Amino acid sequence: MQYLLIITQDETIPGPQPGEPAFDASIRAWGDFTREIMQSGALVSGASLQPTSTATTVRQVAGVNSIVDGPFAETKEQFAGYYLIDVADLDAALEWAKKVPAGDGSIEVRPVSMMPDAAGNPQFVN
Amino acid sequence: MAVADALTRLAREESGQVLALLAGRFGDVDLADDCVQDALVQAVESWPADGIPDNPAGWLYRVAYNRAIDRLRRTASADRRVRAAAPELTDAGRLRREEEVPIVEETEVGDEQLRLMLLCCHPSLDQDTQVALTLRLLGGLTTSEIAAAFLLPEPTLAQRIVRAKRNIRDARIPLSIPADLSPRVDAVLTVLYLVFNEGYLARGESQDAVRVSLVDEAVRLTGVARSLLPGNAEVEGLLALELYHRARLDTRLDGAGDIVQLADQDRSRWDGALIAEANGILMRVLGRDPAGPFQLQALIASQHANAATPADTDWTLIADLYVRLLEVAPSPVVALNHAVAVAMADGPRAGLALLDGLGAALASYHLYHASRGEMLARAGDRDGARASFVTARGLAVNPAEQRHLDRRIAGV
Repeated sequence: MQYLLIITQDETIPGPQPGEPAFDASIRAWGDFTREIMQSGALVSGASLQPTSTATTVRQVAGVNSIVDGPFAETKEQFAGYYLIDVADLDAALEWAKKVPAGDGSIEVRPVSMMPDAAGNPQFVN
Repeated sequence: MAVADALTRLAREESGQVLALLAGRFGDVDLADDCVQDALVQAVESWPADGIPDNPAGWLYRVAYNRAIDRLRRTASADRRVRAAAPELTDAGRLRREEEVPIVEETEVGDEQLRLMLLCCHPSLDQDTQVALTLRLLGGLTTSEIAAAFLLPEPTLAQRIVRAKRNIRDARIPLSIPADLSPRVDAVLTVLYLVFNEGYLARGESQDAVRVSLVDEAVRLTGVARSLLPGNAEVEGLLALELYHRARLDTRLDGAGDIVQLADQDRSRWDGALIAEANGILMRVLGRDPAGPFQLQALIASQHANAATPADTDWTLIADLYVRLLEVAPSPVVALNHAVAVAMADGPRAGLALLDGLGAALASYHLYHASRGEMLARAGDRDGARASFVTARGLAVNPAEQRHLDRRIAGV
């Protein structure tokens, strides 16, 4: 069963900058976690995102696209990165989520509903 | 009548165990629930004519198990699950005799029931849903019984349960016993305590005879949890707490449904057997662990339950117990109760001094203002007392509490 671990963090709190000791510690913590989940065989994919100042949102309303700057919603906590993992059940996914070194952020755990098969056709995963 | 009693017993006492076993066996709570319900319906239809089986739980398990196999057979995609759950069936094709149903070990029942209890109270389900699922799957209550007990429309309750089952399936919430059991057990105890409180506070509001007693259901399910979690002092504490309150439940309201305060309750009508049972539980767990919140609340309740007259109540000890409760489970309401105990032990001025720090947090809590009114009245400040009772009256929603406050306003 695949779950997306959606990492959200408060962008208004500046993170540690390169050169500061906290930056190295943070990079190490993320590296350690990623290696651990990779070696366990649970990791499908993952990425960290640029801040929402770089975001552009395409809104689709009644078939009409409009392109606006910024993220989809102006909230304090913003989508910062993700891990897609494949584990036995929700409890196993929650155990990994607890270990994500997100500092003061949140990790939303969402089960995947459909995935494309080899030919690109959507398939229910359950 | 014997059949009706046996059927009630089957639904309440046995169906939760049978459901837990089937859920574990097939890895599917929804399927297990549907099949147990079908089997209960069959019992209602056939027992009056055929008589009560020698082993009602075994009968229920067999009928529900067969029903599950039938259902799985009907869907080709379920072949794998049938093979896993009942390998003996893959060639035989049909289950011919009752003896072929696998024998169930007693120890297995306990484990499966604990898994089901933890699943019903899983942190990914909201608390209302946890309560509904626990009563439905573990307690064997029907959806309409739960809806009536909580004074909710039945479709609301039914939808809550359907949505929960869908979430359990889609998010694959497992029937498992986690390594770190303690936060999950806390969630179970919280749900059982909520059920108990709902029954305790609602008592007397509804004259509906068919309404199940949430107090009795909570006591029963806490007893089940206790048997599943031997040695857990907090389960014991919760059970003792519930028994102490249960023992004086019938004296809390008078014939007109009006509230009778603790000091005015007829202590000769308190249930001595329940108090003795609770005392026995507390004696066994005392000092075994650093006391948790339920054990401390039970100790406080025991001071009241074992005082022969209101004057015999050891308020200084109760105030000390509230200090310890504040350390392990700090909350403004506990702080309010502490202030009330201090007012009884050291006089109303000492209590009022503590209340001053709680006004902001409890401004909209009627019992804060009611307690303040009582202390002011005892301190001789009639105007202040009346003003507090009036504020409390405006915030109270329970009719019995409203009438009680009306009398206090008129009395000072």
